[in-house]
Amino acid sequence: MVRINGELQEKTGLSVADYLEQAGYDRRAVAVEYNGVILAHEAYDTTVLSAGDEVEVVCFMGGGSGAAEAEEDALVIGGHVFHSRFILGSGKYSLNLIQAAVEYAGAELITVAVRRANTKEKENILDYVPKDVTLLPNTSGARTAEEAVRIAHLAKALGCGDFVKIEIMRDSKYLLPDNNETIRATEILAKEGFVVMPYMYPDLNAARDLVNAGAAAVMPLAAPIGSNKGLATKEFIQILIDEIDLPIIVDAGIGAPSQACEAMEMGAAAIMANTALATAGNVPLMASAFGDAIRAGRKAYLAGLGRVLSRGAEASDPLTGFLRD
Amino acid sequence: MNEINEINEKQSENRKENQFLVDSQRLSEAALAKKHRLEHDPSCRTDPMAYLPDMEQIHSDVREKVIAAMEAYDPDAYTIQDVRRALDHRICSVEDFKALLSPAALPLLEQMASRARLETSRHFGNTVYLFTPLYIANYCENYCVYCGFNCYNDIQRLQLTPEEIEHEMQVIAQSGMEEILLLTGESKTKSSVAYIGEACKLARKYFRNVGLEVYPMNVKDYKYLHECGADYVTVFQETYDLKKYETLHLMGHKRVWPYRFEAQERALMAGMRGVGFSALLGLADFRRDALATALHVWYLQRKYPQAEFSLSCPRLRPIINNEKINPLDVGERQLCQIICAYRIFLPYVGITVSSRESASFRNGIAKIAATKISAGVSTGIGDHEEKYTGKETEEKGDAQFEICDSRSLGSMYRDMAGEGLQPVLNDYVYL
Repeated sequence: MVRINGELQEKTGLSVADYLEQAGYDRRAVAVEYNGVILAHEAYDTTVLSAGDEVEVVCFMGGGSGAAEAEEDALVIGGHVFHSRFILGSGKYSLNLIQAAVEYAGAELITVAVRRANTKEKENILDYVPKDVTLLPNTSGARTAEEAVRIAHLAKALGCGDFVKIEIMRDSKYLLPDNNETIRATEILAKEGFVVMPYMYPDLNAARDLVNAGAAAVMPLAAPIGSNKGLATKEFIQILIDEIDLPIIVDAGIGAPSQACEAMEMGAAAIMANTALATAGNVPLMASAFGDAIRAGRKAYLAGLGRVLSRGAEASDPLTGFLRD
Repeated sequence: MNEINEINEKQSENRKENQFLVDSQRLSEAALAKKHRLEHDPSCRTDPMAYLPDMEQIHSDVREKVIAAMEAYDPDAYTIQDVRRALDHRICSVEDFKALLSPAALPLLEQMASRARLETSRHFGNTVYLFTPLYIANYCENYCVYCGFNCYNDIQRLQLTPEEIEHEMQVIAQSGMEEILLLTGESKTKSSVAYIGEACKLARKYFRNVGLEVYPMNVKDYKYLHECGADYVTVFQETYDLKKYETLHLMGHKRVWPYRFEAQERALMAGMRGVGFSALLGLADFRRDALATALHVWYLQRKYPQAEFSLSCPRLRPIINNEKINPLDVGERQLCQIICAYRIFLPYVGITVSSRESASFRNGIAKIAATKISAGVSTGIGDHEEKYTGKETEEKGDAQFEICDSRSLGSMYRDMAGEGLQPVLNDYVYL
């Protein structure tokens, strides 16, 4: 017996290639982990399943998006240049959403999750992602640094480049990220050459540790994921923007275009959102609204916010009266 | 002397300049000849960018960043609108800071002071820290033309013995002072690391916080002095303008400009809790020097976020044998502008205003931006007992520069309290 995706199956003696074909997988769209090691595609024909083997067959699922921006103000993450500052998060996933995000919000980066491949699902997300869109596989489901590293390796084997978004949650109620484990995973994956984009709770010390660990961007949460509550952590995100030299990408909790715009005005480098679009009455129209709001906020940031009349009265007794020249 | 005057006059034609060069009758002919060669023939001076063999080189990009920003800075490019905008921003960006340092900001000095006071009170409340410097030796191997300790200046030299140091410390500690800053002239042979280390150990007995303002040294030396009890290292870069620096620091270790620039970073690498910075205002373009000084802090703060930082803002003062030295275009208004800009750009740093400034200036600036004020100051060697008690001291060394505010700790304490500030002698834990 061989354990495949958690199920004991009588597949002893079959090659991996034969098994994939028999089970109905598209071998170009999956990655295979064989006894903890990722199999190269060429090895599918020569690797024969034997009793006690553990096999994981995975593919991508999820969503992503971004909006086209002016050429001269590009977003650079780990040496890769993007013209959109909208990134579609993963979670509520539908092809409709991906299309809207790419078409109406201009998404160039789309988050995807690595999941066990389903033989009955003939639709592959990769078939719907335009060629010029970059996939950002996340490590959702990981509870430790080691698990995140394992998922990142699988994602790479699926052939989506060097990007990885680290998400490590030890809390299934609020899905709040574990900063300590995230720092550890960032260090490991950055050393291996990944472009690491860690999702984190906005803490300055943790953000500095992520910078030192080799992160390419820092992705603080605005509010609990999926909550649409907006910039609940505004003060702390502002501190990260002021103090950290990497792009700060606000991730999770952004529920409305006005909130995305505010974060961009503060100096955020990009916005990641999913639920706000996915749960909108008209998904394409909301995608378009997000694209506009993010562009507007970015322009306001670049322009430099103007004068807000201060409320404090000026001292009647001048402070500089003591100067002699 | 005539030759020197001619050269001084020539310099003055280009821009109002100080006349620094002074000869002593007591120098030998050979020494005078060497001094004159250094002053007049740039080709006989060493390369200020070349580290000497005993100087550690660390890998750091901070100097490059600071100097690039300084060189790109044109103070005249800013308008009063830029200054207004800068004052309205919640966080002062580097661009905002450049506007605040520009001549366009002078008409808005009162508004800058108002904002600076707000930032100071946010970070420091209404406290003002009092400390005193203690010079333990004035031997120096450098020829820095503006400094009273320079090796060609004819002054009374002295180095205190450990017993004399302890006696001075007892006198100072009895006045109630809890924080001390130890200073020497820059002579590694006379005032060795071991000698300074002994002074630190003594200082730990009498004071809660011990700072150092001595010659730049390597990481291992800073580590040793940290173990001896020092926790704060101040090094003045004097000027960040290399071309100018080269014409003012003609000889000695101090001539090596990049090694001096990296002193604070080496001190932090050695585990010191805090570091202090300064340009000596009046040596070069003070606005560009102020920008570079603050950016030096800003970049190191981002690299060493655990460290404490402080800024000083000294202006040139007269020295023994040259009473004419003055801060040129840095008037009190300009000095106030720089200090306010420092405070708005770097709200969390300590700002020290020394006894080079008048009592009225120090009282005023403490209410706006300064957080650290020296009291009971002597820049001479071994004369605290005389200054504190009136008792004549037999032998003492001459001073580095003339001070302006000679208030004792007691009267400074009363005056600061009278201004509505809370004088603090110490809030320190040595870890």
